[in-house]
Amino acid sequence: MTAPTPIRTKAETALMAQYEALRRELPKQAAGQSAREAAMATFAASGLPHRRIEAYHYTDLRNLLREAAPLAHRPSATAGSSVEAGRFLGDIDAHEIIFVNGSLMHAEGLASQLPKGVSIGMVADTAPGILDGNDAVVALNTALSRETVTLEIAQGVAVERPLHLAFIQDAGAPQAVFARVCVRIGEGASVTLLESHEGPNAIATQSNIGVEIAAADDARVEHVRVNAEGDKAFSLSSLGLSLGHRACALSLNLILGSAISRHQILARFAGAEAKLRLDGVGMLDGGRHADVTLVVDHAMPGGESRELFKTVVDDRANAIFQGKIIVRPHAQKTDGKMMSAALLLSEDASMSNKPELEIFADDVQCGHGATCGALDENLLFYLMARGIPRREAQAILIRSFLGEALEELSSDELREALGGLIDSWLVRRS
Amino acid sequence: MLEIRNLHAEIDGKPILKGVTLAVKPGEVAAIMGPNGSGKSTLSYVIAGKDEYEVTKGEVLLDGENILGIDPDQRAAKGLFLAFQYPLEIPGVATMTFLKAALNAQRKKRGEEEIAPADFIRSVNRVADKLGISREMLRRALNVGFSGGEKKRMEILQMALFEPRMCVLDETDSGLDIDALRIVAEGVNALRAKDRAFLVITHYQRLLSHIVPDTVHVMADGRIVKSGGPELASELEAKGYADFAAQTAA
Repeated sequence: MTAPTPIRTKAETALMAQYEALRRELPKQAAGQSAREAAMATFAASGLPHRRIEAYHYTDLRNLLREAAPLAHRPSATAGSSVEAGRFLGDIDAHEIIFVNGSLMHAEGLASQLPKGVSIGMVADTAPGILDGNDAVVALNTALSRETVTLEIAQGVAVERPLHLAFIQDAGAPQAVFARVCVRIGEGASVTLLESHEGPNAIATQSNIGVEIAAADDARVEHVRVNAEGDKAFSLSSLGLSLGHRACALSLNLILGSAISRHQILARFAGAEAKLRLDGVGMLDGGRHADVTLVVDHAMPGGESRELFKTVVDDRANAIFQGKIIVRPHAQKTDGKMMSAALLLSEDASMSNKPELEIFADDVQCGHGATCGALDENLLFYLMARGIPRREAQAILIRSFLGEALEELSSDELREALGGLIDSWLVRRS
Repeated sequence: MLEIRNLHAEIDGKPILKGVTLAVKPGEVAAIMGPNGSGKSTLSYVIAGKDEYEVTKGEVLLDGENILGIDPDQRAAKGLFLAFQYPLEIPGVATMTFLKAALNAQRKKRGEEEIAPADFIRSVNRVADKLGISREMLRRALNVGFSGGEKKRMEILQMALFEPRMCVLDETDSGLDIDALRIVAEGVNALRAKDRAFLVITHYQRLLSHIVPDTVHVMADGRIVKSGGPELASELEAKGYADFAAQTAA
């Protein structure tokens, strides 16, 4: 029997054509472009994932991605210098690492500006090290990113100021941006990573960003990702986390922007007794769609994982949380807890929660919970009886609901900056 | 100051208030006593404007103005205050932040300026000290992790801070030990004034030996069935509510 010839959608055909064009544009590397090639072959075989692929059930890319926007051109060296990156983060004092349309800016000057023990580099062709290469979004990211930017924190170095990876879409027309960043945190090192994504409103920008963070033994990392993309943006993102022995990682994802977004996280426990915390704050209004899909893979014993995702859904918006905790056979003494809570602010808002546990070890503690509800009328009445108008009372309760997901951040400054983003959304809503 | 005329209210189609008529004059402390289920708490909620109750007949006048058509926040701005039987916990909202938001919202509605931060802190601290509320409690999230007594004291703190003219206290004595009861009662007594009135709702007489009322009304089956002076409270304590329940049943 011969395999049926797949019928390609317009977007799939365009993506494959973009790959061919990119290959011709990129400088010939001595080592060839094997990772890129393999990734494109994977994508060509699977196509865009659709609703029958479980991980994409609620975000059917074959259906949603009708047009693949043209690849953004590499900006000139000075492009985007007029854009002030991450200004929405307030006065957070950080080392800026700016990407305009997916390209690292001021690459030469940057190395000398970064603190001691932090080095930055570029690799032309890399297969994902943590993320699943068979995932279509990851495969496209591998095939269509111009390079992988690597960031290395040397062993034992405690980086004081946060490193801020600021991704900016500098677009006047629809365009697609692909970028890959790989962060390696050496043994016993510690760092705070900010990752922000911003772009213009009213332009159908697309992005597919892959970030991998490998924390070696005893390393500590706090990673805060903010999606502040434009209101027509289509944002796909993949985060791979790997934790060595006793490593400690926190990753917080805050969704403020994009018409359609899907953030997937794959967190692997590569060492024993590591601790992981994944938090999320989602603020959705209008007809927006945001999907957070994560897999926490306990492959080693004694690991601890906590997930807390808080989502507020208004108007006709649509939010999805899919979370899976896997506990492998020898990952004894694993302690995992996952919670997704949503507040629905309108009749037409929707939230899909799908928590899953796959446990193959017998001595573990795992649990999950999911809630979905409206604002508590009794609490609203209490605040109103104290003179606070309904809309403001609602804002106070929403702020309090979302704020819980910021509590684990170690920096007050950062918590305040993110709280400010929640407030800005509440103001926009009122 | 507060006048309730033939008030009927129901919840989910079930009548609870069946014609309450009651007037409280400026400077007066009126007590409402009654058995469980007589409609005391419903009365306090209807006065404050809780949505889930439907008023089917009657009026509630504050300074001669019917307040039934306006939202709870507007009633608060007009000087009405309800001390809740079960004050709610609001995680993630610092008590001080809440107090300031509430006070300024009321002032704004009255066309007054926002309170100066220094004045605000001074006022809160002054009242908190009187009520034995620590600075640490004020920094915590509103009512979260507070004991029953602490929550009730926090209600009285709000009452003192907002300076309402009509205060409704819904079973403020429930869940209080003797010491807490005394502190709360002292807080209320300190607020008694010529131009301020109180409606004290309680099941037991013991609160009324600390807050001595001017008038006592007995509520049973959604109506005021008897009114009198403070001696009525003692009488009830001795005889119980059985007589009144029998009267309404008859």
